[in-house]
Amino acid sequence: MTDQKPLLSVRDIKVYFNLDEGTVKSVDGVSFDAYEGQVLGIVGESGCGKSVTMKSILRIVEPPGKIMEGQVLLSKRDHPDEYLDLTSMNEKGKEIRAVRGGEIALIPQEPMAAFSPVHTIGNQIIEAIMLHCDVNKKEAREICIQSLKSVGMSMPEKRVDSYSWQLSGGLRQRAIIAMAIAGNPRLLIADEPTTAIDVTTQAQILKLLKDLQRERGMSILFITHDLGVIAQMAQYVVVMYLGRVMEKGPVDSIFHDPKHPYTQALLRSIPSAQKTTKIKLPTISGSIPHPFNKPKGCPFHPRCAYAIKGKCNVNLPSEYIVGDQQYVSCFRYEKSEVNIR
Amino acid sequence: MSDITLNPKNIPAERLLHVSHLKKYFPITSGIFKKHVGDIKAVDDLNLYINEGETLGLVGESGCGKTTAARCILRAYEPTEGEILFRNKKQEYVDLAHMSDKDLRPLRTEMQMIFQDPFGSLNPRMNIFDIVSEPMLVNGIRNRKEREERVVDLLKKVGLRPEYMVRYPHSFSGGQRQRIGIARALALQPRLVVADEPVSALDVSVQAQVLNLLMELMEDMGLTYLFVAHDLSVVRHICDRVTVMYVGKIVETAPTEELYYNPRHPYTEALMAAVPIADPRLQQDRKGLPGEVPSPAKPPSGCYFHPRCSYCEDRCKTEVPELREISPNHWTACHRAEVLSLEGLKT
Repeated sequence: MTDQKPLLSVRDIKVYFNLDEGTVKSVDGVSFDAYEGQVLGIVGESGCGKSVTMKSILRIVEPPGKIMEGQVLLSKRDHPDEYLDLTSMNEKGKEIRAVRGGEIALIPQEPMAAFSPVHTIGNQIIEAIMLHCDVNKKEAREICIQSLKSVGMSMPEKRVDSYSWQLSGGLRQRAIIAMAIAGNPRLLIADEPTTAIDVTTQAQILKLLKDLQRERGMSILFITHDLGVIAQMAQYVVVMYLGRVMEKGPVDSIFHDPKHPYTQALLRSIPSAQKTTKIKLPTISGSIPHPFNKPKGCPFHPRCAYAIKGKCNVNLPSEYIVGDQQYVSCFRYEKSEVNIR
Repeated sequence: MSDITLNPKNIPAERLLHVSHLKKYFPITSGIFKKHVGDIKAVDDLNLYINEGETLGLVGESGCGKTTAARCILRAYEPTEGEILFRNKKQEYVDLAHMSDKDLRPLRTEMQMIFQDPFGSLNPRMNIFDIVSEPMLVNGIRNRKEREERVVDLLKKVGLRPEYMVRYPHSFSGGQRQRIGIARALALQPRLVVADEPVSALDVSVQAQVLNLLMELMEDMGLTYLFVAHDLSVVRHICDRVTVMYVGKIVETAPTEELYYNPRHPYTEALMAAVPIADPRLQQDRKGLPGEVPSPAKPPSGCYFHPRCSYCEDRCKTEVPELREISPNHWTACHRAEVLSLEGLKT
């Protein structure tokens, strides 16, 4: 995989929100690569900047948020070696609009709010298809029905004319996925696609996403706070905390050989259906700091058991390679960096 | 003991709460005369018990009636039918379902609730002292000094600094707010605490802290919990016994380990298979449950689960299965429980 060119490369991106009360550095230097045919998971707790990262890729960061630095590179469909820089595009321009929905599609978090209640789901999906493909309305409707069928919706010919509020949560989520894949994108961003739905429906949706990914060979950028879902879905995982990447690596290394104190603590603190019951869970002391008073140095140091005084609270650690494709942003690995490549 | 309903005389001594045949129907009306056209059977013939000092988990998908059941037990809702026997401080059984509001009042101190949403459940215009001491005020502890002492005590107990007393909810994080909600629930030294999804709105790293706190408090104060949740990992961690609900009915009740590793109802099996395991090496084979949860206004005939069940027989389509004890303490409502060999959680 190392010699393969990434499909999407996010490089040192910084998104700041300038508010009256001060600057919120929501995303503060995040880098990762997404490869073709891969499910990349971004995991983190609330306020860690995972959604803002997603928005900066699609260039839909709401004001006063601004991309201060960094690049988002997307390889061209016809020339995979050439890259488009999404950050240099005009936010409202033609180019970025061709990317949104056509190259990169989004499955938003709330299936309730994603559809307009006064238009049929068919009309909304057809509108998206006609924007991205050169087809007439009749053909678009045909693609729409095909697309609804491929997400496992029964009676797609009938459902195409229904309104979003006539569908249950699971079906609505399927309809959104149908809309997302209708434009035949190469990258699908799923922002907490299953948080609002029940476990049995969640299992259906996760299976559907996995099948679609395999059939179409597209990449998925899967954003969630649920470590269980990440373990089952992703091949490569990025762990974020307060706008920074703490650790990234192949899913097996992250879950079985985590290096960063935050990843280790996070994995220990989740109650698991497998673990023995009624014992005290190891916890991470304290709570996530408010974004206005983000700690200096490593953002995790006030809650970290291994924090080195005079170092962790002063300087930002850079990324160190600790294993095959595994990177850690922690001073503990400064000297023990492994040279694999 | 083949029937779960008991008369008050032969209830085992350790029972704190014994619910039998509890029903809560919400009427569906139509037209300007509000003609009664049907019922939403939110809770339909619920039988359960909780022993003193035990944690019973109540799990199920959204809309299965678990919150309605919990609220009926606390008499926040008027149950349509059924009995809720509760052993009060004098060790007598009283039927909460048929009590007047006036008679209920002294009992309210013994049963408290912890709410799901730490943002919606605290009044933003009241400071923490007012929030936590309000139950005391309502129940006749008027001396400010005494209340202050008790609030300090409670805040310490839930791991908050007493100085925070004068602050308002907006200055606290989600986890801290949930602690405040817990302090308020414990203000009157209740015996039964109903926790309705107490950790589902919290972040993973904070969730563990609140779960630990709940377990500590249980030991320190001799509490009994009814723990309503949808997250099976959390339930596994904290509960002694677990009850699974589906469309207003109980499908299975068993001790936690037993239920997770040896389920006797196909719905429980499907639930277990759907839990995402936080280990990439245990790749799950997701057969998945087809279809959707039916509406409680128009449940299917026979066993409510039969349209989604892969073990369904003709009998399941017509006969409603009874909840029966299949092995000691293991109750299931499935016609085919004896013949099926179901798969629990993978180890």
